[in-house]
Amino acid sequence: MTKRSWDTIPESEVTPEEVYLDRRQFIAAAGVAGAAAAALTPEGIAAAVRTVRAQRGASQEAQEYTWGAEMQDELSSYDLVTGHNNFYEFGTGKGDPARYSGEFRPRPWSVEVSGEVNKPGTYDLDDLYDPSWIEDRIYRLRCVEAWSLTIPWRGFALRNLISRVEPTSNAKYVAFETVYRPDEMPGQNRRVLDWPYVEGLRIDEAANELTFLATGLYGRDLPNQNGAPLRLVVPWKYGFKHIKSIVRIHFQETMPPTTWNLSAPQEYGFYANVNPNVDHPRWSQATHRVLPGIRRTDTLMFNGYADQVQHMYAGMDLARWY
Amino acid sequence: MSVATAPGTVSATSPAARNLLLLRIAAWTILGAPLAWGVYRWFWGDGFGFDPVEEMLHYSGLTAVWVLIASLAITPVRRWTGFNALQKIRRLTGLWAFAYATMHLSVYVTIDQWFDWVLIVEDLRERPFILSGSAALALMVPLAVTSTKGWIRRLGRRWVSLHRLVYLSAGLALLHFWWGQKADLRNAVIAAAVLAVLLGARVWWAVQKRRRAA
Repeated sequence: MTKRSWDTIPESEVTPEEVYLDRRQFIAAAGVAGAAAAALTPEGIAAAVRTVRAQRGASQEAQEYTWGAEMQDELSSYDLVTGHNNFYEFGTGKGDPARYSGEFRPRPWSVEVSGEVNKPGTYDLDDLYDPSWIEDRIYRLRCVEAWSLTIPWRGFALRNLISRVEPTSNAKYVAFETVYRPDEMPGQNRRVLDWPYVEGLRIDEAANELTFLATGLYGRDLPNQNGAPLRLVVPWKYGFKHIKSIVRIHFQETMPPTTWNLSAPQEYGFYANVNPNVDHPRWSQATHRVLPGIRRTDTLMFNGYADQVQHMYAGMDLARWY
Repeated sequence: MSVATAPGTVSATSPAARNLLLLRIAAWTILGAPLAWGVYRWFWGDGFGFDPVEEMLHYSGLTAVWVLIASLAITPVRRWTGFNALQKIRRLTGLWAFAYATMHLSVYVTIDQWFDWVLIVEDLRERPFILSGSAALALMVPLAVTSTKGWIRRLGRRWVSLHRLVYLSAGLALLHFWWGQKADLRNAVIAAAVLAVLLGARVWWAVQKRRRAA
């Protein structure tokens, strides 16, 4: 496996390959025996993902696992990742999205790409990306509410799509919009937030190597409560930047409005970079809880992804541009 | 309770005493139910979910606010319905509100902040959200301490004046509750509306009383 610039975990902490392979063989063997029973548990799903990978060619796996393999053991369980969500379109409780997203229809799905690009258009989701772009990445997700998860996403780097649609020199920002379907998203019937949910990135942030559009997690299609069928993943920013169920990607010259910033501008900024030194007005951002645990862990600058992203904010006052 | 039949008292076996006993049992059951449910959740239920600290904070805080509101509802409900025996469980309700608020603070100090006093002091100094809740609980301390029969006797009229602090405490608790919401204010609005009615009734009565006196 090639060492990439964003691979920040020291070599010494990486599981030795023979141990890793050994474990996979064990899991594969165990998988045959208990596949039916195990498949329904989060551990079973994790094992199934590993087994599928073990059965594929080594070179393909290396390409597929471009990021975060060393965080495998820190993965949040499938139940946690799909049972503890902030997705106000389905309700404001953490369990509401899992509970009330059953009516949502993520297929068929099309995404409008518009604005300052040479190749605008409305793409069917399957035509939006090239299958060869698909990869698995394990990222930490830090919520602005001071908790975190570690999630194995499947999807593609947004920069691939950006290259394909050819932004013009006026494209300084990228705006995203969530679908508005109050019939299928009960939370949209109450104006808790200004629907539809909108988010945005600066063009260099959007084109950063880390910026990802997820179509799945744990090797499966995205569950409705996680933002099916397409959601943004920007691991150095707080969770609310990870806009879900995207129907529109618009390239523009001006900074786009963002939903939480409109709702409480003094609490949620456009940038929303994870920053232990800039507190939320009502709580400290210096620490967070790695769920489902109860102990606090120090929050790292840019959620531990500083090497990949801090160059984009050189000279910026991050207390002002929170 | 005295068995002697002095004027104004009732015998332990009288229907009035039995009703009072039933009322007390009902009050203890209702007021203790959230605690029992919490213990059940922890040991045999959902364990307070994927983020137990957050959920325990919400659960204990919400319970404290509503029990406090219940304690403030007793006098108005008694006057509106004529169910005078309710007065006998007012102190009990207030003490349960104090108990839930104390549990709420305990969760914050222990498994939320892990006794990190530097962080706690910073929270108090920099965040009106934390300060309002702490002040609400602090104001309840003298009320809980002076809730015994001895203190009621010793303080006389001043006891009534002192215990008016509960209005301020409730107002601060509500502010804390309100500020604790992210975007969905529905629950805070409901609590604020109920509290406004209960405090408004008292203002109304005070105005009426003054008008009659004048």
